[in-house]
Amino acid sequence: MKLLDDYYTITLRQPNKFANFRRKTMDFAILSEHLGRVYKIRGAKKAEAKQIIALQDVNLEIRPGELFGLLGPNGAGKTTLIKILTTLLAPTSGRACVAGFDVQKEAPKVRPRINMVSGGESSGYGLLTVRENLWMFAQFYGIPSRQAHQRIDELLAVVGLADRANSKSSDLSTGLRQKMNVVRGFLTDPDVLFLDEPTLGLDVGASREVRRFVRKWVDDDPTRTILLTTHYMVEADELCDRVAIINQGKVLACDAPATLKQRLQREAIFRMQVSPLNGSGLGALQGLPGVRKVSLHEQNGASTLEFILEREDAIAAVVNALTAGETRILHLQKREPTLEDVFVDLVGRSIEEVERAEQAEG
Amino acid sequence: MSTTSQIRASFLERWRSFRLATWLGWQIESNWADPFLFAIYSLIKPLAGTAILVVMYSIITRSDFASPVFPYIYLGNAFYMYVGQVMTGISWAVIDDREHYKTMKYMVIAPLHFPTYLMGRGVARFIIATISVFVTLLFGVLFLGVEIDLAQVDWLLFIASMLVGVVMLAMMGLILAGVMLLLAHHSWGIGEAVAGALYLFSGAIFPLEVLPPALRPLGFLMPVTYWLELLRRTLVGPVAQAFPTLAALSNLQLMGILLGLTLAFALLASFSFRWCMRLARERGLIDLVTNY
Repeated sequence: MKLLDDYYTITLRQPNKFANFRRKTMDFAILSEHLGRVYKIRGAKKAEAKQIIALQDVNLEIRPGELFGLLGPNGAGKTTLIKILTTLLAPTSGRACVAGFDVQKEAPKVRPRINMVSGGESSGYGLLTVRENLWMFAQFYGIPSRQAHQRIDELLAVVGLADRANSKSSDLSTGLRQKMNVVRGFLTDPDVLFLDEPTLGLDVGASREVRRFVRKWVDDDPTRTILLTTHYMVEADELCDRVAIINQGKVLACDAPATLKQRLQREAIFRMQVSPLNGSGLGALQGLPGVRKVSLHEQNGASTLEFILEREDAIAAVVNALTAGETRILHLQKREPTLEDVFVDLVGRSIEEVERAEQAEG
Repeated sequence: MSTTSQIRASFLERWRSFRLATWLGWQIESNWADPFLFAIYSLIKPLAGTAILVVMYSIITRSDFASPVFPYIYLGNAFYMYVGQVMTGISWAVIDDREHYKTMKYMVIAPLHFPTYLMGRGVARFIIATISVFVTLLFGVLFLGVEIDLAQVDWLLFIASMLVGVVMLAMMGLILAGVMLLLAHHSWGIGEAVAGALYLFSGAIFPLEVLPPALRPLGFLMPVTYWLELLRRTLVGPVAQAFPTLAALSNLQLMGILLGLTLAFALLASFSFRWCMRLARERGLIDLVTNY
């Protein structure tokens, strides 16, 4: 109840806070101000109930024609934000508009103008064929049957599913079902398309095809807008005009990928492969002079350290510290900054480390 | 947009939602087995259910099939199949789409009228129930001596009662669908459970006078009670009026009460479904998947 009270306090009792909001809605495909969402999790007993802040004070301004990325680890709040913007979930504070309409108060006006694809799930009616599934959704959007079939054929060809159009969707693998869902999203030619991890579950080749098509779809028509969530750095870097980095429900930075990476132009970034550290020694490295951030990835018995250093010569102290601890250095590379480095710089840990920590905390 | 074109657009959206949901519901209900198996299932299921009742009646009354009690019970039981099927058909679509097919979120964000969509999903079950009721009646007439004289049937009242009754059942189904939105997957049995509970309070197999006095008002509040009475009267006429519960009411009065209660349930369904949908959005339940 308190959450609802907060909502009314912010949205209704303080009208000035949102005075310009309505005026701005028409200029942006997606607009959010002070958007927040809190989940109440019930415990075994009433006293054990707790609140999880999924989104906190999110302000976004996305113009028509933009391909906008939300980059963050699992559990960062990306899907929660998409759910709010697609009218599936009510915010507990703040406001949001999509295609010029308030998602909370004008949901029926938002819906014909949007569509959504969620990755990593095998949704669809298994007893229907791929074509029937897609045709049915096109009909819900009022697309004439002939036009729907034409678009279905075109889009199935794009994702390489044309030869399976008449297969029952229950006969498709998870990856192929995911392709069918991607087609479902584009089929209705929405003004604003929400892609929640669209390449999750796809093989490398299919992911590349989908990414290429996503970019082309936006470039072909300046009124189309895409909000894409991903935890793949490369996807955000290659594809998006602008990227918001999100962690623990907060937007930490928002800009073009190149501009975000420029934050680290003065720093020196090194990747170092070493003999297995087994999680030890990171604290000591972080305390070395000139070391801003260190993150560790352990895979297949090898440890990879990523360093953001204030100046290049600080690497000498790092090498000395490692060799003194009898750690063997297998490979050392100085490289250009990536969005991963920007994330590490902002959060203090890599996406992988954040996800691991979240899993450990349960 | 003018008011007229808004109304037209709203009507078209509802019609589209209903038409496509009916098609989808039929594909789901009829395609789980090959047509021959489906036909056998559609025949065997109602007859098996009816056989239990007939055997019980036969043992208790020592095979007194000539008593007017028998057509009273037989017809009540036959038409009661609609109650479970229609209510479950509509409300189960919520669980089916959300948990099984994982499409509910895509349906909710599509420009369709979601309550109308759910009602469309119930049509397939209505058709299956119609087959079951027809088979049951035919079996009763041919083998059990249930006397239905087609020339004496009040067809106009029968069709009107069926139409109002189906709308009434759809509204009850929509109320349940709203409840389903707020519950996890174990709500799968609610449709059948509610239909089972109402079985006792609707005069389907015995007059309301048999119930304890404290429970009788519940039966009088249920529109199903008046609907079943009307159907019995239209099909077997005076035999149905031999039972005391609603004998004092004319057909017109019964229809008036049925219409009034249907309207009340429609208002309740409209309010409760919107309220449940709002709660589901606030609680984040629209795409809830419990991995069952």
